[in-house]
Amino acid sequence: MADRARLRGPEPVTVELSINHRTRILEIEPRTSLLDALREQLDLTGSKKGCDQGTCGACTVWVDGRRVLACLTLAITCEGREITTIEGFSDGRRMNAMQRSFIKHDAFQCGYCTPGQVMSAVALLDEGHASSDAEIAE
Amino acid sequence: MEFLSPATWEEALAAKSAHPDAVPIMGGTDVMVELNFDQHRPSALLDLTRVAELAEWGPDGSRVRLGAGVSYTTIIQRLGKHAPALAQAARTVASPQIRNRGTVGGNLGGASPAGDSHPPLLAADAVIELASVHGVRHVAAREFYLGPRRTARRDDELIAAVLLPERAGPQHFCKIGTRNAMVIAVASFCVTLDAATRTAGTGIGSAGPTPLRAVAAEEFLTAEFDWQGAGPLSEAAVRHFGELVASAARPIDDVRGSADYRKHALSVMARRALSWSVTDYRKGEAQCA
Amino acid sequence: MADSVTRTRTDLSSVTQDGVGTSPRRPDGTLKVTGEFAYSSDMWMEDMLWGMTLRSPHPHARIHGIDTTEALKLPGVHAVLTHEDVPGEKLYGLELRDQPVLAFDKVRYKGEAVAVVAADHPETARRALDRITVDYEVLEPVSDGRRAAFDEHCPRVHEEGSLPVHEEYNQKGNLVRYQPVRTGSFADGTPVSRLRAQAGAVVRTEYEVGMQDQAFLGPESGMAVPAEDGGVDLYVATQWLHVDQGQIAPALGLPDEKVRLTLAGVGGAFGAREDLSMQIHACMLALRTGRPVKVVYNREESFVGHVHRHPAKMRFEHGARSDGTLLYATLEIILDGGAYASSTPAVVGVASSLGIGPYEVPNVAVDAYGVYTNNPPCGAMRGFGAVQACFGYESQMDKLAEKLGMHPVELRIKNAMAQGSKIITGQVVDMPLPMAEMLRRARDMPMPPARDELPDPSDLRTLPGGVANTSHGEGVVRGVGYGVGLKNICYSEGFDDYSTARVRMEAIGGEPSVMVHTAAAEVGQGLVTIKGQIARTELGVERVTVHPSDTRVGSAGSSSASRQSYMTGGAVKLACEAVRERVFALARERGLVGAGHSDELLSLTGGKVVSETDGVLASLADLLGSDAVEETREFHHRTTRPLDPLHGQGASHTQFAMCVHRAVVDVDVDLGLVKVVALDAVQDVGKVLHPQQLAGQIQGGATQGLGLALMEEIQVEESVIRNPSFTDYLIPTILDTPPMRIEVLERPDPNAPYGLRGAGEPPTLSSTPAIVAAVRDATGRDLTHAPVRPEDIVGIDV
Repeated sequence: MADRARLRGPEPVTVELSINHRTRILEIEPRTSLLDALREQLDLTGSKKGCDQGTCGACTVWVDGRRVLACLTLAITCEGREITTIEGFSDGRRMNAMQRSFIKHDAFQCGYCTPGQVMSAVALLDEGHASSDAEIAE
Repeated sequence: MEFLSPATWEEALAAKSAHPDAVPIMGGTDVMVELNFDQHRPSALLDLTRVAELAEWGPDGSRVRLGAGVSYTTIIQRLGKHAPALAQAARTVASPQIRNRGTVGGNLGGASPAGDSHPPLLAADAVIELASVHGVRHVAAREFYLGPRRTARRDDELIAAVLLPERAGPQHFCKIGTRNAMVIAVASFCVTLDAATRTAGTGIGSAGPTPLRAVAAEEFLTAEFDWQGAGPLSEAAVRHFGELVASAARPIDDVRGSADYRKHALSVMARRALSWSVTDYRKGEAQCA
Repeated sequence: MADSVTRTRTDLSSVTQDGVGTSPRRPDGTLKVTGEFAYSSDMWMEDMLWGMTLRSPHPHARIHGIDTTEALKLPGVHAVLTHEDVPGEKLYGLELRDQPVLAFDKVRYKGEAVAVVAADHPETARRALDRITVDYEVLEPVSDGRRAAFDEHCPRVHEEGSLPVHEEYNQKGNLVRYQPVRTGSFADGTPVSRLRAQAGAVVRTEYEVGMQDQAFLGPESGMAVPAEDGGVDLYVATQWLHVDQGQIAPALGLPDEKVRLTLAGVGGAFGAREDLSMQIHACMLALRTGRPVKVVYNREESFVGHVHRHPAKMRFEHGARSDGTLLYATLEIILDGGAYASSTPAVVGVASSLGIGPYEVPNVAVDAYGVYTNNPPCGAMRGFGAVQACFGYESQMDKLAEKLGMHPVELRIKNAMAQGSKIITGQVVDMPLPMAEMLRRARDMPMPPARDELPDPSDLRTLPGGVANTSHGEGVVRGVGYGVGLKNICYSEGFDDYSTARVRMEAIGGEPSVMVHTAAAEVGQGLVTIKGQIARTELGVERVTVHPSDTRVGSAGSSSASRQSYMTGGAVKLACEAVRERVFALARERGLVGAGHSDELLSLTGGKVVSETDGVLASLADLLGSDAVEETREFHHRTTRPLDPLHGQGASHTQFAMCVHRAVVDVDVDLGLVKVVALDAVQDVGKVLHPQQLAGQIQGGATQGLGLALMEEIQVEESVIRNPSFTDYLIPTILDTPPMRIEVLERPDPNAPYGLRGAGEPPTLSSTPAIVAAVRDATGRDLTHAPVRPEDIVGIDV
């Protein structure tokens, strides 16, 4: 009974992730963040790296439908969960209402954090936290 | 770095026993920052996200048992009545994304003096439930913080839960930051008035090497407050309480603020939080009467 | 928020669909909201290596040796390069070539690049850095700007004789540039005491402005790809491709044409991408390894990877007559440029010439110093030398008004410049400057509701401290303050920062279509939208494509100094006009235009050549057939002059622009916390090109100024940055940023294309002093340091 927890590493390990409803298999060091796995291994660069410490929100993705910061999430802990990134968020080339609204209102300039903002904004609506400007701001 | 991912609590305890160096990781909101910046290279990580019971909470006799893996979001949504100060503190934690992942267990594990949940746990006299393969033990929050990022948790132990005593009075948490959202506390404070035991509790954050209590302030208030009639405290008494809180702090000058400012801010927060608590207490008494 | 913009005097009578004056959508918008827009950090190539940089741990040290042997032994490491491997010039720089590509002999700031590594994985590269040993002899850093300026015994940051000499900069010791300005009786040496004796009110104060970070969100990054011709292709986020090229090529020992740059997606700039960061390093590694090399800084590295806003120490004295008329001012401004010059000389030029602000003052003495220290290098940031001075002179105006018992707006109007005024360099403001009107408008804007008029005053989110629950209204006092800022637009002091545009018109699929090609950097400001609008307006063609920016067309100058709408906008307009002339000529060749019919009566509208008298003459598609019409034009702004080194006289600026802010704040006076309730602006932009993007510029500029007023400061102690992260370097969140009411005036500048005025910087100047004035109004405190710290408000020494 000594140690039934699965022990992996320290060498790179094979991880199976479900990203945007597609199964992706990759070799990573256990310490790899979900953000690095997405950006450096899977060429999913829509999630951005802005601060490396969970303050800027540019890397916001959904794990099992909840918004989280990919830079503060270990990729390996996402096995068996459904990950949604900005790439999987719009249906093919069709944008959703939030994305269209961002464009209509010119809600970005350089746009670097826009994918994270879109991911966060849609989750905010789903969570029912959008009844007033003050609530949205919080 | 090795990676352990137990599926059950028993497996988690066994893993921790076999790898006492392993750093437990839940929301990742503390540990990952250190990993990203290479500040800390633990030999092993112990992933607790799959241990379902850690994310549970519910009544435990008269107390509420809060699993170490309950997210701040859940605390805000569900524990406002049982633990208003903790819920208030949870509302001030970083961003919604972090509140979805961050946990009180992680705050206790990291034991940063700036952790937002410490002052409410201290003030409310919460109890930390620690577990290892050898069994479970309970340590009062007030005995838990030993030194800078050092706690009563032994290397082979995991934090299982926090036991929150039944609330019997008002609680208020306040926190200073240099902007109006998403800040690490420059200083924070919590006060509780417990009608059942007729005692006052306090907790101080970000103003010492560990989270602190203002014991003299608690004793003063416990003695001074009109627990029966809930009569107003004199201005002098409120002021003295503030001074006692400030004098309990052991702050330093750092990049977030000066020691003098922290002491000053604590005295102001203590006075205000006490006034709000007395008002609430009086309302509560009026309802009971 | 664009809804809150009020425009006055706008002529919308002749607006083309999606042309100038309308708000078409950004052409890059869809890519940006879907995550497909390729920023410089998103690039990826088969076979690419990762570059990383070893940086100095000391602010000042002598290098006795660098040993890379162990790093090179690590499997997966492809190159480890030091200064010995720099193929060409070992020094580079924007204005003075004083910065080593890789440090040799000495390091002069903490974070200076010492060696670079290319490896097959970032983790491998990181390990390789750990294996490089550098033998440092640690030296005492020069940390104090005032000492660097005035102490003759202060050690030299750069050895005597090691720097290129610029006589006109009055260089001496650690001075990068000293620029005096003398007017009125100061010009002939009258002592200040004489003027002081005539003044009814004198205010003298020492101010400090902290080091601000541009805090762009996309850290420095790019990819260099070795080319078969021995050159290199660099994909990079920058503000000026050609000035990068002009520094990279000599360092690589290559001719310019072998160093080709393409603009990658830019994650914000604000001045921080004017200087080089990873450019030469990536190219060196790519040329050495023969493989593409990608370099991406992390946030902590980014804090030493780019220059910041110069921190300033300023001593201002102003004297006014009893009726409020300004009599004299003496200003001493010390700007800490850090270890390398970057754009310090130009920043000094702006700070000195605009140091007094938009006020008529007959007697002025300015002494502006830019100094070398061992602090992190400082250079361009939105507002560029004008921001620091503006905090000083606006604070002085408030103090004078208080002393004289005048309303701060009244005092400002009394001394306001207008068209025809001279600034202290003798330059005449030969364009509209409706300052008095702007101030009145700002004063007369509706006030936000008082706290007790709010629907729910107990909502924590309306209070200073927010949901952190520090006040339920206790200690909260409201304050109101004003700020005015005068900013130069385009480069100054004789610099010809021209822009080039190539415009091509052809029929594609039976439809006329236009391609606009420039080297101008789209950094988020929306220049790509503006270029399309201008082409549509000038050529009457709806389908306009903007070619990616690269060095295959002439220089566009920098996306800096609020100048791209003016300069590249001007170049696109010129090139379009040339294309139009060619099209008219073509129409004549085909016999479509009568001999006596003048070009004046012709226009391009709706894809057709139209005559005012004869109606439609031809469709462009038919006229062009399979031909393309292409023209390239350079646009130059009017000539400017250097400042004379003795008295600072000379018409050094191209254009002036102004913004006025009124700030309303709620301050928790016991805890020192601030909630900005309103930050309303009046700005004259000459001509609105894109109302929605303009609103974004004004809001963004004001917010950056809010950051400087209340929270943004890189804290440097003994030349070491103490807060290199977004956890401890705080920038405003949405909960810190109020709704903004904006009034836009359009008083055209006759010298500028469409009469426009650069708009991005002025609001950054005015919002900071307006907010600090409002906090002073609420607290009665002096508040001489920007940002205002909670300690300053509650009266605790820092």
